[in-house]
Amino acid sequence: MGKISNEELLSKIDAQFPGQLTSTGEPFGLLTLETGREQIIDILTWLKNDAVLQFIYLTDITAIHYPETEKPIGVIYHLHSLVNNVRIRIKVFLTDSDTHIPTASGIWNGANWMERETYDFFGVIFDGHPDLRRILNVDDMTAFPMRREFPLEDPNRVDKKDYFFGR
Amino acid sequence: MQNHPVFIDNDPQSEYSTLNLGPTHPATHGVFQNVLQLDGERIVSGVSTIGYIHRAFEKIAEHRPFYQITPLTDRLNYCSSPINNMGWHMTVEKLLGIQTPKRVDYLRVIVMELARISDHIICNGVLGVDTGAFTGFLYMMEHREAIYEIYEEVCGSRLTTNIGRIGGFERNFNTIAFAKLRKFLKDFPVALKEFESLFNRNRIFVDRTKDVAAVTAEDALSYSWSGPILRATGVDYDVRAMNPYSSYEDFEFEVPVGTNGDVYNRFLVRNEEMWQSMRIIEQALAKLEKEPSDIFHADVPEFYLPPKEEVYNNMEALIYHFKIVMGEIDTPVTEVYHSVEGANGELGFYLVNDGGRAPYRLHFRRPSFINYQMYAPMSRGMLLSDAIINMSSLNVIAGELDA
Repeated sequence: MGKISNEELLSKIDAQFPGQLTSTGEPFGLLTLETGREQIIDILTWLKNDAVLQFIYLTDITAIHYPETEKPIGVIYHLHSLVNNVRIRIKVFLTDSDTHIPTASGIWNGANWMERETYDFFGVIFDGHPDLRRILNVDDMTAFPMRREFPLEDPNRVDKKDYFFGR
Repeated sequence: MQNHPVFIDNDPQSEYSTLNLGPTHPATHGVFQNVLQLDGERIVSGVSTIGYIHRAFEKIAEHRPFYQITPLTDRLNYCSSPINNMGWHMTVEKLLGIQTPKRVDYLRVIVMELARISDHIICNGVLGVDTGAFTGFLYMMEHREAIYEIYEEVCGSRLTTNIGRIGGFERNFNTIAFAKLRKFLKDFPVALKEFESLFNRNRIFVDRTKDVAAVTAEDALSYSWSGPILRATGVDYDVRAMNPYSSYEDFEFEVPVGTNGDVYNRFLVRNEEMWQSMRIIEQALAKLEKEPSDIFHADVPEFYLPPKEEVYNNMEALIYHFKIVMGEIDTPVTEVYHSVEGANGELGFYLVNDGGRAPYRLHFRRPSFINYQMYAPMSRGMLLSDAIINMSSLNVIAGELDA
């Protein structure tokens, strides 16, 4: 089967979900869309089950933090249609006070740990997730370490003072 | 198969016994903890606990210039570091729009396929060890050593290689490297043939592995599996063939697939991939003869560190050296996802750049992390001894699992 062009892909999605997604460009040929959390599960389900598009493969779920913006936490989905060999990236931005988003683990089993990792590092709460616990960090950690304000090194440690290492 | 791991039944009346398999256990080859609930020898349920060697690479990467992130990628899948290194270089090159010369691509292909062979040697050898056959593992170790000696000639180190630079290689391959490579190409097929005849029709091995931990293609895709274990289920997804990078489109090779995704199929797929890797390396060597032999990096002075002698003696080189080290060169504000076929699956780099010297955000799509999450659910109903060889055949590397 031939490759679906990004314009074709975008027009198909637009026809199905009019006005609910905005395209933010296609860096390096990878169509990037932005949407809200209300319709994200509908969109993902439709993309997976559509007979032509067949985005059956969930490549990755991750997040990003832009502390200066109004909606600082972005959840990023990478999907891959193995049949058409085309990828798509979907972003959902959330406010700092309300980081809830529905889980995709009902669509792909593989989303389970990816969402746990995203929760662990960014504090995104995936509603409906069967087992939303920390995964790589210790269970009693209170911070979300991949947020920008979390320092790389403990600012209180004394063994790395400037006068020792000229830093 | 249930969708998600079921928690261990904490009912005090329960007659099941609980077993901590790991975090350190000789049979798990790495830091893996699984709390298993057993009915005799049969696993009733299990929960995986990971993160014991989490080293915050994604956080560190936000504070490092691009060329200093390569050593971090070494420590993901440390059985095949060069693939990680090359994947990272290619991600940055894609971001910066650097076009590498064909000779660099072919040299990279050689190094990556060597890494794939060395990774598969370990995985299949260890699978033999876990089924009681130590010979194959020790026998193949000799040839992993030969591969590491080639790395040594190319970059000076063996395990965590830090091989290559953004734009190419730090130095040209010397004649000893090519001589060792040719010797490896001569010796290894003999050993691999013998390795296969030790295992492929070995009654004990086949009895232990056939129909053990069989996975359907639907389950594998739903769990986002990739690499040899996905291909063992019959899905022919290989990044090298589907989205060729580093001039893989110039090479002829087959993507071996299995039928029912059991441990035996995974073993056979990995063996066949080693043959295909040999084929690719031989083609690459033939192609190299048609390329100018003195080119080993792209002509991108803004991003490729000049040799030290030039820095001391040449004005331009000194300027570029200073600019690269101090990070004074603007980079495009954009985002890029690039993936390579790692030894155990699709290794992806999602890089968001804000124009500075370090990534704004870097995320590794680590195949071990994603492949391993089916382990606990798929172990249900399995014998404990089968679960051990299932883990070996998944080829999960702790460094990549925890990042």
